[in-house]
Amino acid sequence: MSTLEYYMIVSSAVFCLGLYNVMTRRNAVAILMGIELILNSANINFIAFNRFNGATVLDGHIMSVFIIVLAAAEAAVALAIIINLYRNIGSVDVDEARSLKG
Amino acid sequence: MPDIIFSILSFLLILSSVGVCVSKNLVHSAVYLFFSLFLIAGLYILLYADFLAAVQVIVYVGGILVLIIFGVMLTNRLEKPSIDISSFNQLTAAMLCLLLFCLQCYAIVNGHWIDFDSGVIENSSKEIGRLILSKHLLPFEIISILLLGVLIGAATIARKKR
Repeated sequence: MSTLEYYMIVSSAVFCLGLYNVMTRRNAVAILMGIELILNSANINFIAFNRFNGATVLDGHIMSVFIIVLAAAEAAVALAIIINLYRNIGSVDVDEARSLKG
Repeated sequence: MPDIIFSILSFLLILSSVGVCVSKNLVHSAVYLFFSLFLIAGLYILLYADFLAAVQVIVYVGGILVLIIFGVMLTNRLEKPSIDISSFNQLTAAMLCLLLFCLQCYAIVNGHWIDFDSGVIENSSKEIGRLILSKHLLPFEIISILLLGVLIGAATIARKKR
């Protein structure tokens, strides 16, 4: 196996652990942590492909910068929503959030 | 030598990611996430992405993790001694994720990848800056508007209602 495949397997392991975290947790903040892991695994893949594609362009790095910006935006909005949820129903358990009207 | 560093980094990375998933205390999860993000920055350095490693440490560890810990502290009553979080559907989720991991490994091992090391990248921040302002200018502008909108929106959502 080549080095690229090792990087991809590590990234795949991180992705699956993040997915496991999203599936098993009920706390909204913990789910957010799982999503961060998933986004980071995508970043590892982009940069590994960028190093091992044989060309000297850095498009993979640009994509990773965009992913990091999106992750920051997502974390800000998600935490605002979670704080609002806590204010409305008194917990951050996602199973408790059943109604659409606050 | 890079192989040994890669093995150590990825072993610790997977270990701390498992820690994020199985830890019973939300603050411990956040600390494990902190270690995972740092180790991922180490992997970036191994891949010659020095600028991205710095951005990873600044944005994730300095920004997002602080936000997450803020979230933990704001959404839990502090009179309770520990911030417990429980997990559900563990067996089903573990089976599904293991299956997905095996499928991905099968696809990765059997795929035909272009595998040609591009070598050391000199001055990656200069090249990234040049690309952002030439080839990827439109996505860059769009994402900056998105970031502005998102920050205003987050402030509006989190504001106390009158």
